[in-house]
Amino acid sequence: MAERLLEVRGLKVRFATDDGIVNAVDGVDFTLDRGRVLGVVGESGSGKSVTAMTILGLTRSSNARFEGDVTYKGRSLLTMSEEQLRDVRGNEIAMIFQDPMTSLNPVYKVGDQIVEAITTHENVDKRQARSRTVDLLKQVGIPNPERRVDDYPHHFSGGMRQRAMIAMALACNPDVLIADEPTTALDVTIQAQIIELIDRLKDDFNSAVILITHDLGVVAEIADEIVVMYAGRVVERGGKRDVFYDPQMPYTWGLLGSIPRLDRPKPERLASIKGAPPSLLNLPRGCRFRPRCPHAFDKCMQEPELENRVETPGHLDRCWLSVEEKRSVRERTIRGEEAAA
Amino acid sequence: MLAFLVRRLIGMVLVLAAVSFIVYFVFVIIPGGDPATRIAGKLATQTNIDEIRQRLGLDKPFVVQWFDMVKALFTGELRSYFTQLNVRQQIIEGLPVTFSLSIGAAIIWFFFGVVVGVLAAVKAGRLSDRLITVLALIGISMPVFFLGVVLRYLFAQRNSWFPDGGYVPLTSNPAQWFYHLLLPWLTLAVLFIGFYGRVLRGNMLDTINEDFVRTARAKGLSPRRVLIKHVLRNSLIPIVTLFGLDFAAVLGGGAILTESVFNLHGVGWYAATSVASLDLPPLMGVTLYGAFFIVVFSTIVDLLYAWLDPRVRIS
Repeated sequence: MAERLLEVRGLKVRFATDDGIVNAVDGVDFTLDRGRVLGVVGESGSGKSVTAMTILGLTRSSNARFEGDVTYKGRSLLTMSEEQLRDVRGNEIAMIFQDPMTSLNPVYKVGDQIVEAITTHENVDKRQARSRTVDLLKQVGIPNPERRVDDYPHHFSGGMRQRAMIAMALACNPDVLIADEPTTALDVTIQAQIIELIDRLKDDFNSAVILITHDLGVVAEIADEIVVMYAGRVVERGGKRDVFYDPQMPYTWGLLGSIPRLDRPKPERLASIKGAPPSLLNLPRGCRFRPRCPHAFDKCMQEPELENRVETPGHLDRCWLSVEEKRSVRERTIRGEEAAA
Repeated sequence: MLAFLVRRLIGMVLVLAAVSFIVYFVFVIIPGGDPATRIAGKLATQTNIDEIRQRLGLDKPFVVQWFDMVKALFTGELRSYFTQLNVRQQIIEGLPVTFSLSIGAAIIWFFFGVVVGVLAAVKAGRLSDRLITVLALIGISMPVFFLGVVLRYLFAQRNSWFPDGGYVPLTSNPAQWFYHLLLPWLTLAVLFIGFYGRVLRGNMLDTINEDFVRTARAKGLSPRRVLIKHVLRNSLIPIVTLFGLDFAAVLGGGAILTESVFNLHGVGWYAATSVASLDLPPLMGVTLYGAFFIVVFSTIVDLLYAWLDPRVRIS
């Protein structure tokens, strides 16, 4: 069995704001093994990014409260001191972000920013770090890396900047790479290249990847396991095939329906989920998707646990409908015939 | 780059010409500005006045008068109407005083402005930030003539811890030079410290939320390194612009009040006495002197800006 790298157990993150307590993450569980890709899917505000930032301790502040646990190779990241955590950041767990246009410091050369990542964690001189940087840029597919290493970020296109960000993230050969919507800000043609690059480098560097996205199409390509999040919670979790071919949670159906399908007749090409995600300040009782769910019934006022309800072990969901009911109604929902009330 | 400098140089000459013309023009149209009448005194006859007017060349066409004065200034022949002292000579004599005051004060205000800004930004929202904010606002609102007089009274007159005004040349006694200038430096710097601190605090709080700062933290950098290398470095760019122009203004004789309060006979003091007697030649001299520093430093600031921010290109 592959080495277990990361384990998130019952993670809750709350922020005290002027408007009240925001339950940004409210019960997230997953594990990540070496060599695997975990896709985390959900709308904006579902807690995907906060979960990722919390793994690296980037959400720590005086008004943030944490519950549950995040362990990396058996060490608790939540309770670790800031100094210890800094050794993990960028070194063992690295992160790339949504907008490559703003994620690099405009006043420093791209190469120097990657060198900084290396020299922060390793005792190497500038020359060695620089030659490694050139190698990294070559690995992520930057042409002419010997020359481009001295360019400033504004000389790079969006796709190249994201490649540079990936090079920076991989600079210290981390075990875990967290990619937070790495393709959202890029052209569609570049998106596929970046996803393939992440998939290839994951094998080259023998690491594991958490890929956060709102686009099921992106995770379909490379994820092994999928976690679907809604309003701060995991609502469905399972292997990629299970989630795509036997989805159990009406919210997942909605996400699947929102992928444009040109092979369907016009009215069915694109279905949307009616309504908006609930405010994290004032969450609905019971199932959080209930107000937007076309199949909600009395029992949905009670809170469903994240449990295994199908025959396949490891495929969990939070929906009260019986498996037979789900299988009989979901196709129509995905096609958008029963858009929510 | 060369084209840029040539263009700026031509622009500089045009600006100085325009400034001198406006000064001359304003002087002629203000009531009671006519030098001949003023020099001739209360009991003068029209003949006396005409004589003086002819001697000073004030009977010539306006443009010729203006040109003659600017020419005399640059050839070093321009003299005050009242004291007959050579204008260029007077400005040159004031230079060491003005430069000593400006450079010392600028170092103090830049250093403490940055310190105040960084401290306030790091402690944003806490009690120490509010305290710094209040002090900064007091500093900004404190008039130089008031602060200078109070400092003189407290530290030089009531207690003779410091000399009561005056200037000792750096070359003759560096310790005394420093000792004499300390109060004027502080007086001049206080306003700028408060102002720069406020601006830098705001810039830093904006920059802290930038994505690249999050990237820097995710790399595992220490908070100090993130703050100095990524936040402060980017926040200082607008401060450098401010500093260049403020420093130019003070160097150009803008510290009129400080020089007057502490009896420092620099260019600012010379400007103040010339204004009091409506003496056109020295006014023309100090105005052009000040304008020169402003235009030179605005060019330097542009060059510095391109150097600090690689996205800016000189073209």
